Amino acid sequence: MSEWTPIIGLEVHAEMLTRSKMFSACPVVDSVEAAPNTAVDPLSLGMPGTLPVINQLAMEYGLMVGLALNCEIPPFNQFARKSYFYPDLPKGYQISQYQYPLAVNGYIDITLENGDIKRIGITRAHMEEDTGKLTHVGHGASLVDYNRAGVPLLEIVSEPDIRSSAEAEAYARKLRAILQYLGVNHGDMSKGILRFEANVSVMHKDDKGFRTRTEIKNLNSIRSMVRAIDYEIARQIKLYESGDTVKPATLGWDEQNGKILIQRYKERADEYRYFPEPDLPIVEMQPEYVESVRQKLPELPDAKKARFMDVLGLSEYDARQLVAEQAIAHFYEDVLAAGADAKSAANWILVSLFSLFNKEGVDRETVNDTPISAANLAELVKLVDSGTINKGTGEKVLSMMWQTGDSPQAIVEREGLAQVSDEAVIGAEVDKVLAANAGLVDRFLAGEQKLFGALVGKVMGAFKGRANAQVVNKILQDKINERKS
Amino acid sequence: MELSHETVRAIAELAKLELTDEEVERYAGQLSHILGYFEHLQEVDTSDVEAITSVLPLKNIMRQDIPQPPLTPDEAVANAPDSDDHQFRVRAVLDE
Repeated sequence: MSEWTPIIGLEVHAEMLTRSKMFSACPVVDSVEAAPNTAVDPLSLGMPGTLPVINQLAMEYGLMVGLALNCEIPPFNQFARKSYFYPDLPKGYQISQYQYPLAVNGYIDITLENGDIKRIGITRAHMEEDTGKLTHVGHGASLVDYNRAGVPLLEIVSEPDIRSSAEAEAYARKLRAILQYLGVNHGDMSKGILRFEANVSVMHKDDKGFRTRTEIKNLNSIRSMVRAIDYEIARQIKLYESGDTVKPATLGWDEQNGKILIQRYKERADEYRYFPEPDLPIVEMQPEYVESVRQKLPELPDAKKARFMDVLGLSEYDARQLVAEQAIAHFYEDVLAAGADAKSAANWILVSLFSLFNKEGVDRETVNDTPISAANLAELVKLVDSGTINKGTGEKVLSMMWQTGDSPQAIVEREGLAQVSDEAVIGAEVDKVLAANAGLVDRFLAGEQKLFGALVGKVMGAFKGRANAQVVNKILQDKINERKS
Repeated sequence: MELSHETVRAIAELAKLELTDEEVERYAGQLSHILGYFEHLQEVDTSDVEAITSVLPLKNIMRQDIPQPPLTPDEAVANAPDSDDHQFRVRAVLDE
């Protein structure tokens, strides 16, 4: 390709789905929907005299993520104050972790487009508290809502191991799936429950070390992230090739106009004056406790994929597609539990259901909210596998299930769609078609092989597509052979 | 250790303080003096003392994830110098 290689690291902020905040019993609400400052307490507001107390469940969720990301869990972790002045932080500092994070040295394995596996390192994962939300209202004023302030937040930092926007996407999707499988975060990026920031630089083939990197924020979807990374890689290469330099900067992605906005240049490294949080004792991670949490982890995407391949006999590709989103994986398992064959069910979901979703603009994550229930899809798979209806009719029934929410059995009965396999009935129809299309038959017998399909089509047409295709093929072949001799 | 005027100005900026040249001069001296005490402490041989991260003789003090009722929005902004529709009103930050 070019002489430039992108060097990308991702920083991910994931809110942990607890009921109360990280350091107080204040309830956690949907900070996009809730009215301003309806979920705040003296601690969330940074009032004098308040003291933080660690939320045990938030720490356990963080530990689950650390273990799921193959991290080492240091014997203890410690909170620290990260000082900066910004109105979204009522205290003038954020309680975070610095020297002693919860988890270190992990990795995620991603599957590249060519099927190869690549390991992306995880530098660290640490617990902190989320900040409030600012709304700029003009006239030199901003409004602050602290509902989100203090919500448990896990920051997950990758190594700069990512080399393209496609790898960044694979990493982001995998990490998001892991968080969803663990049940600690539902992965909603539009609401900021999960937030990605990309650190991007480029390296020339003759370079010995890394060049200046920039940081892209405001990425509200994985698609935005991919576009922003591609844009920034091109921008940096263009600057270098025109003899210019890249300055360290914080960039914002403008999704509407599809471009990068420079938010601020960093004249010097950020100085947060971290120091140990004097109001919080250390958190010791006893090995027995860590092991007990590890034992409780649910089946994660890689393990599920391996099981789908080894036990159910699915291909690597099919298994990977099915586990990529937790909702789909669970839906598939529900379809199997309702008695459908594993390979047939995989095929119906990955091909027919997904193309229906694409056509209708349905997000795969909402698979459980569509008119097509797992039980009904299983019934459809069984109707086709048993030969009650043929594959083509099955596709039609699927779209009727989408429209009506009815069971496939009910639709087949109502519409009279059951497959015709009776050889006498089909034979009679074949005779009629052969008689009416003597010209086609002669040309076929003279060597125009492809006309066989046209004859099959005419027979199927007579049955409105409901005839058993195998029986039609066989009888048609037999009757033509009779003519030959 | 002598703190440069440049460092004092950087510290002042981080602390959101505006200093006159005269004050920079004065605080450079005072801060250097304070740092001198720490240099003095560093002379103590601590090679056989175990490092600590906290002076609290405590660990693993945590609470269960059980929410309690929050403040009302009226209470939340009761002490705010300025508010608008239950939000705190602050001077716009141009940084973003």
